[in-house]
Amino acid sequence: MEHRLKTPITKEDVLALRAGDLVWISGTVYTARDKVHALFRSGKELPVDLAGAVIYHCGPLIRNDVVLSAGPTTSGRVARYTKDVVSRGARLIVGKGGISEESEALRGKAAYLAYPGGCGALAARHLRVKKLHLPDLGMAEGLWELEAFDLGPMIVATDSFGDDLYREAKRSKKEIKKT
Amino acid sequence: MRREDLIEATVAILTKAETTLSPWVMAMIKEAAEKESNPIARSQLEAILENVDIASSEGVPLCQDTGLPVFHLEIGRDIRVPPFLEEAMAEGVRRATKTIPLRPNAVDPLTRKNTSDNTGRGMPDLIIDLVPGDALRITAFPKGAGSENASFLSMLNPADDPLDYVAQEVAKRAGRACAPVFVGVGIGGTFDLAPRLAKRALFNMPGYSDLELDLLSRINEIGPGPMGLGGMATALAVKIETNLCHTASLPVAVNLQCWANRSATATVRDEGWNID
Repeated sequence: MEHRLKTPITKEDVLALRAGDLVWISGTVYTARDKVHALFRSGKELPVDLAGAVIYHCGPLIRNDVVLSAGPTTSGRVARYTKDVVSRGARLIVGKGGISEESEALRGKAAYLAYPGGCGALAARHLRVKKLHLPDLGMAEGLWELEAFDLGPMIVATDSFGDDLYREAKRSKKEIKKT
Repeated sequence: MRREDLIEATVAILTKAETTLSPWVMAMIKEAAEKESNPIARSQLEAILENVDIASSEGVPLCQDTGLPVFHLEIGRDIRVPPFLEEAMAEGVRRATKTIPLRPNAVDPLTRKNTSDNTGRGMPDLIIDLVPGDALRITAFPKGAGSENASFLSMLNPADDPLDYVAQEVAKRAGRACAPVFVGVGIGGTFDLAPRLAKRALFNMPGYSDLELDLLSRINEIGPGPMGLGGMATALAVKIETNLCHTASLPVAVNLQCWANRSATATVRDEGWNID
């Protein structure tokens, strides 16, 4: 199934997504890597409100406020903060490689979408800079508020019902091997 | 050899490596996309091909992780190595960081402070081989963190099966390394030699020996497919480099390279430079 979503993302939007579906996003997307995730956990007040937000695991390449290349970074590094992000109200997490070990934190509340890894030039065509929050963290680690225009297609890799394509991919290969 | 030539050649090969892919790499990804029957896996491979087309035509880095500056230097034994070799290449990296541009990725490992220009202690990383001839060949091999973080080294027991170990570990890690991956395998040597063999295996990609093709099909039998989302192509190629090791040892190292197997080579001589 295909979904064209606009931010803010509602709980109903999330509950309609099933593993394997395709998603395009328009609206506000916040980049967050290791340092910003540590702040999410710290409980400190942040310059952005994550209610209904899309969090993008991405350290973009940007020059003069033009997005040049902005594919996803490996989600596994920040998977441990999934609970913090979801409890702040984020509805969609976009990255690569999955957060399988933390997928329970998504249940009933949020979903994880996979954007093809390394496809920075492709993603950049669908992103514009709105604002850089926390500029002291630098280009890759800073919290970029980006405007997305039909960013996608992303694959629903882990849905809010506990289905997970990464786990499935590992299992199905094993089953094929056995038969 | 002129300092300015070395700087210009460094900028030129970094620019080519960051914004294009070698035809043989593209051909492998295209072939994998054609063979793929899983629609999600095919969509990932098609996105990759479209992404490379956009990067090449717009001259922008194909991946935002423009990597750490790693270079393979093949130094002809008949040349006089200039005293400014390392310094000029660092200057080339600094210029390329501004002109391409590259994302500043190099940080102090303890303070995590970014040097802002991709150079500093140990960077660029120059991997040097002495070869016959009167030229200096420089290959830029920018290395992103996704696949580097998924690389590994193990001191196995000589009774273990190193190829089975490699297949299992690569299958486990490839999804986070932006599969389909290139698998550089170093077997033998000492604790520190095995990973260098693995890195050189990436320089000498692809491999077509029976052993390499067998390991490739073993990985693809059990691996999770493009981006770990399911499908056939977990790895595109395997190259194995071996050295003698101690009779009591079996060092095995794997340096993974994501699908964005970026490299470009230039030859520098006293009278000038050209890109290969």
